[in-house]
Amino acid sequence: MKIGLFVPCYVDALHPEVGIATLELLERFGLDVVYPPNQTCCGQPMSNTGCEEEARATEALFVKNFSGFDYVVAPSGSCVRQVRDYLTAVEQTPEVLHLRKTTFELVEFLHDVLKVDAFPWAEFPHRVAIHNNCGALRGLRIASMSERREPFFSKPKALLSKVSGIEFCDLERPDECCGFGGTFSVFEEGISAKMGQDKVEDQIGSGAEYVTSSDSSCMMHQEGCARRMGADLKYIHIAQILNGNAA
Amino acid sequence: MKGRSETVAVSPGVRRIEPQPKGAKIRGRRPVDQLEAANRFIAATEHERMHDARLWDLRQKRDAEMHAMPEWEELRQMASDIKEHTLTHLAHYLEEFERNAKANGVHVHWARDAEEHNRIVLDILNSHGAKTLIKSKSMLTEECGFREFMAGNGISVTETDLGERIQQLDDESPSHVVVPAVHKTRADVAAVFERTLNTVPGDDDPVYLSEQQRQTTRPLILQADAGMTGCNYAVAETGAIVVCTNEGNADLSANTPPLHIASVGIEKIIPRMEDLPVFVRLLSRSALGSPITQYTSHFRRPRAGGEMHIVLVDNGRSKRLALEKFWPSLKCIRCGACMNTCPVFRRSGGLSYGATYAGPIGVILNPTFDLHKYRNLPFASTMNGSCTNVCPVKINIHEQIYGWRQEIEKQHEMPLVKKTMMKAAGTLLANPTLYRAALPMADSALKHLPRFMLYNHLNTWGRQREVPEPSKQTFHQWYKENRKPRA
Ligand code: SF4
Repeated sequence: MKIGLFVPCYVDALHPEVGIATLELLERFGLDVVYPPNQTCCGQPMSNTGCEEEARATEALFVKNFSGFDYVVAPSGSCVRQVRDYLTAVEQTPEVLHLRKTTFELVEFLHDVLKVDAFPWAEFPHRVAIHNNCGALRGLRIASMSERREPFFSKPKALLSKVSGIEFCDLERPDECCGFGGTFSVFEEGISAKMGQDKVEDQIGSGAEYVTSSDSSCMMHQEGCARRMGADLKYIHIAQILNGNAA
Repeated sequence: MKGRSETVAVSPGVRRIEPQPKGAKIRGRRPVDQLEAANRFIAATEHERMHDARLWDLRQKRDAEMHAMPEWEELRQMASDIKEHTLTHLAHYLEEFERNAKANGVHVHWARDAEEHNRIVLDILNSHGAKTLIKSKSMLTEECGFREFMAGNGISVTETDLGERIQQLDDESPSHVVVPAVHKTRADVAAVFERTLNTVPGDDDPVYLSEQQRQTTRPLILQADAGMTGCNYAVAETGAIVVCTNEGNADLSANTPPLHIASVGIEKIIPRMEDLPVFVRLLSRSALGSPITQYTSHFRRPRAGGEMHIVLVDNGRSKRLALEKFWPSLKCIRCGACMNTCPVFRRSGGLSYGATYAGPIGVILNPTFDLHKYRNLPFASTMNGSCTNVCPVKINIHEQIYGWRQEIEKQHEMPLVKKTMMKAAGTLLANPTLYRAALPMADSALKHLPRFMLYNHLNTWGRQREVPEPSKQTFHQWYKENRKPRA
């Protein structure tokens, strides 16, 4: 199975360890993982801000870089959400439609495609709170949402349950958006920061030592708030836990 | 609710009361600055906390009701289907409604817009020599600027819904479609009543306050020349209108005076009586987390000796119906669930939107009235999608917010600075060489966060948040050193 590894720009520049963990984790399953070196971004910052036109060339580059793989995998729910639901500025050729369908967020790829049943190399003896990125939660449906009447499920929790030592901590408002929202975080800074602070309060109240998520962007925002608030919380991408990176 | 913690004891007998933050500044058609008003609301920490807690409580009660009903998701689908069907055959059902209402002895009027609506109501009042009007809550009359218009024409209007009455006395718009004064603390209400109803200064006991309001409003209700209601559902096959309230004030307004006028948005039509229970079961559960409103009042024909008028109002609705991406907003039953769940709304207060409709539904409705004035609203959202999933009629709210952002750009309403930034980002991200050059060169530590990632708003990011710590190496560089490049 040939996998294209999509490493979103902020992971590339700010959290390379997340990209490394994702790559190593996928390689553990014997997959042929390729990182196309000319990749940049999926176009989300522009089209989310209303500028689909400005996103077209970036989308075209994404398509050029990632066509021809069986699957494209990224450690980011919001970017994958973008590709699957909103990569629409470019012409919708069969190739583009195929790419959009076969681009997966890491958790759903492990859970739904590889159906991984054990992470024998991983151990994480800590109290952990899970944060679900809204795009992954309500767009990709990696977990049940409290707004709907549906049976509980959580793909990240199902995967993390296979790692020994984790004690889960429940948030009071598990599905509440943390206020990152891409360009929202800078254009609407006051509201964004307030939402982030409230999220951190909830995480502190849960008794967690670590917060984990399949999305670095939300955590970058939450961690920024937590550090400013002087909170004693650590943020770690789910790929690092599943890959058995020492915490 | 938090009770007396809303005021802070400074020293015995002296209480410092946080003043209620006012809403967005309205300057004609200039774009409303939602963020500016939201920031003031957030700075009023007691108000913000109280507001967030009250509305989150409603959301949780709604969840409990939802879980008690196995058929919840089916009902939502049914409600959505009925609305979609009705909107698809709107002209047909409107005519059926008109026919049946007339057969019931009701006068039916058609109003193209707010102005015509106000004019029609004024004419009815004038022809009866009516000078005083009591009314129950109606977002449509808010849309029409009804109270101001009537005040300018010598008609005295009294709101009979408690929350709406508070807002009227304070000369402020409702901040929420279901709980219009939810942004006010008890102390705020006490201050308004002290000023307008002469209540005892500083007494914010809710029983006392509501009793005072009751005592002062009752005589106005008993003496009113005419009564007005809105409408939750207009049933085509019977020509009846249905109004849901918790205070019974629609009945008071419609039944006390001899003249009843109902303002009905044309999207309120449902085909049959049989469709009604679907909505009745969803409305109050979604809105307040209660199984049903205290009153579900049916008005079908004038009382003996009385007169009943229905004004069917378009005011932009048929234009909206023709919008390919945005017509589903007409399915809205004004339950306010999207507001209660919205993390931005709970922290900003409804008045920050500076429009008739606040919160997620406001974000997608207001631009249809005036795109220029409300061009900032679609950005007051993280598009997290919670609204879409609580909505009892399954409106794709967050997708419409995304759609409005595109529309704003297309219609040249995007502020130039934002547009320029996005153009620059688009150029950079479409070119791997430029993109790599914007990141620091290989094997030098990333000393500064790449500026394009923060859209040149480094200070904005850092005002209340730490900037991420730079890493030694990008993933790209690591990969080059640790794996054989292919692809
Ligand atoms: S959009 Fe949906 S949730 Fe919001 S007020 Fe209308 S019906 Fe209720």
